[in-house]
Amino acid sequence: MEDAIVLKYQVIDGEFQRAGEVSSDVKHKLKQLGVPADIVRKVAIAMYEGEVNMVIHANGGEITVEITPEQIRMILADVGPGIPDVEKAMQAGYSTASDATRNLGFGAGMGLPNMKKNTDSMDIETKLGEGTTITMVVRL
Amino acid sequence: MTVKELMDKGWFKVINEGDDTERDIEKVFCCDLLSIAMGKAPAGCAWVTVMGNINTLAVATLADAAVVILAENAALDENATAKAEQQGVCVLATDMPIFDAALMIHEALNA
Ligand SMILES: Nc1ncnc2c1ncn2[C@@H]1O[C@H](COP(=O)(O)OP(=O)(O)OP(=O)(O)O)[C@@H](O)[C@H]1O
Ligand SMILES: [Mg+2]
Repeated sequence: MEDAIVLKYQVIDGEFQRAGEVSSDVKHKLKQLGVPADIVRKVAIAMYEGEVNMVIHANGGEITVEITPEQIRMILADVGPGIPDVEKAMQAGYSTASDATRNLGFGAGMGLPNMKKNTDSMDIETKLGEGTTITMVVRL
Repeated sequence: MTVKELMDKGWFKVINEGDDTERDIEKVFCCDLLSIAMGKAPAGCAWVTVMGNINTLAVATLADAAVVILAENAALDENATAKAEQQGVCVLATDMPIFDAALMIHEALNA
């Protein structure tokens, strides 16, 4: 991992106005590094969905992105309520989003499926009352 | 049809011109739910929606839409306008319903 570039970001609870900033920044950096456009798009989509979930369902947290010549690994660690039933949460259309967040256009229950679809691997570690860590890898 | 050619038709009010008006429009896409748009909107699309908040701009940028068209007189709020300027996203607006606006662009694309 000697060639790894590591980026770290804080995601702030309830900051709807800023949701997407981390993903935009990562997208920009990957483009600068010359990563192919289709890979950049996949990473951007997966990161955005994960970032928004940290803002609307969890209490914010930290995002780490590791870039090597082989892959891009995203680690999204939040300090939210955890996910009681991961299998159910992964189903397309399942959502516990509040009316307020639905009014903003969230709540289709497609975020986690989009993350899965756009990455080569996705792992969810979650503990009720403690938080959730999602690790996703996109291979270059 | 490029974004500029669409603007030049004069059908839509220009809210923000964006940085890349020479870009080709590939397809028309309609949906107001952000995660569906994120998953399904093709790169280079004209995205017709009634959601005019900052998250629309984030999705448009990340999914790489060519232009956003706000239908039904949906307004772009202040934060979203700032984001559109900052990210260079082309945003147009109309009082037409979503389907009518989308159909008009679709027909122009296939003309
Ligand atoms: N980080 C998280 N912490 C706690 N719960 C989560 C987290 N991420 C997702 N969930 C739960 O999983 C459900 C499904 O998430 P998903 O992103 O697929 O849909 P959504 O966020 O509800 O809507 P959409 O993403 O389509 O706007 C959420 O409604 C929520 O209950
Ligand atoms: Mg979500």
